[in-house]
Amino acid sequence: MEGEALRLDGNAIAGTLGGMFVQDMTEARIACKGCGNVEPVGAEHAYVQAPGIVLRCSHCDEALLVMTRTAGRHRIWFPRSHWLEMGEPTDS
Amino acid sequence: MARAAVRGRLNWTLGEVVELIDETPRVRTIFLEVPEWPGHRAGQHVDVRLTAEDGYQAQRSYSIASAPEDGRLAITVERLPDGEVSEYLVGELRRGDKLELRGPIGGYFVWEARSDGPLLLVAGGSGIVPLMCMLRHRRASDGTVGARLLYSSRSWDEVIYRDELERLAAGSNGPEVIHTLTRSQPPGWKGYARRVDGAMLAEAAWATASMPMTFVCGPTSFVESVAGGLVLLGYPSNTVKTERFGPTGG
Repeated sequence: MEGEALRLDGNAIAGTLGGMFVQDMTEARIACKGCGNVEPVGAEHAYVQAPGIVLRCSHCDEALLVMTRTAGRHRIWFPRSHWLEMGEPTDS
Repeated sequence: MARAAVRGRLNWTLGEVVELIDETPRVRTIFLEVPEWPGHRAGQHVDVRLTAEDGYQAQRSYSIASAPEDGRLAITVERLPDGEVSEYLVGELRRGDKLELRGPIGGYFVWEARSDGPLLLVAGGSGIVPLMCMLRHRRASDGTVGARLLYSSRSWDEVIYRDELERLAAGSNGPEVIHTLTRSQPPGWKGYARRVDGAMLAEAAWATASMPMTFVCGPTSFVESVAGGLVLLGYPSNTVKTERFGPTGG
């Protein structure tokens, strides 16, 4: 299948992230190391068909965040992002 | 600060199916009573997890269809070819069954009735679901900001929530509802009969000077073409929020 058809957005991985973080992560902002753009996670591109989840920059396609689960342990790493910034947890 | 107000991590909870409504031949709305539901905002979704007798689990994310003001939680599910979860939810699920749920999820693709600016909603197929939640929320809270829905379906029979959209549009302060039917049209159809394109967006969209807030939901190619078209019309990209439905649902 073509790559474009597999492209979702950060909203599609909100449940997985919400199982790890105490606040909604679609409004968290992430800074791309490739092009410098800063966007909410919900606005970035997500690919969920790989063995794991890849969040890519919606401007330059660099891999911002990768999540895998092996033997019951979750690993999150940040190949091409400077930072991930989130607000205080709220009840919304 | 009230510590109890902090939601904490998402956890799974149980909901009971209390009603099922067939919206179209391939689309069904499932109403659920969820005792531990903490409430939601318009545009959020919920994860549904099914567990087979042998322990195999499959989970999918569905947009919430019911307004935050409604007493019951509703999701609307389209049956996808070979969709192991949607086949079950649309074909097999019965009243009284229990579903494992986790939510509400998301905060980016969310609209509050008290927000400023007119609202532009653009839906492709079952991408209407979170946008219908926003229109129901607007109605339930007597929202008065202008609202316009451009909704692309393949045929008149595949228009989800067709009657309710007509009622909403006819009500006072109702939204403008503009349909386009891409594959077949009923006799005498005077509306749009093609895919959403730049010319259609130019006719349907609010003037950029009115600072509209825009939500686009549908299949990936639809969402990207509409969002690109709106940016060409001068909509700032950070005012156009998108949610893609991929083929990974099912």
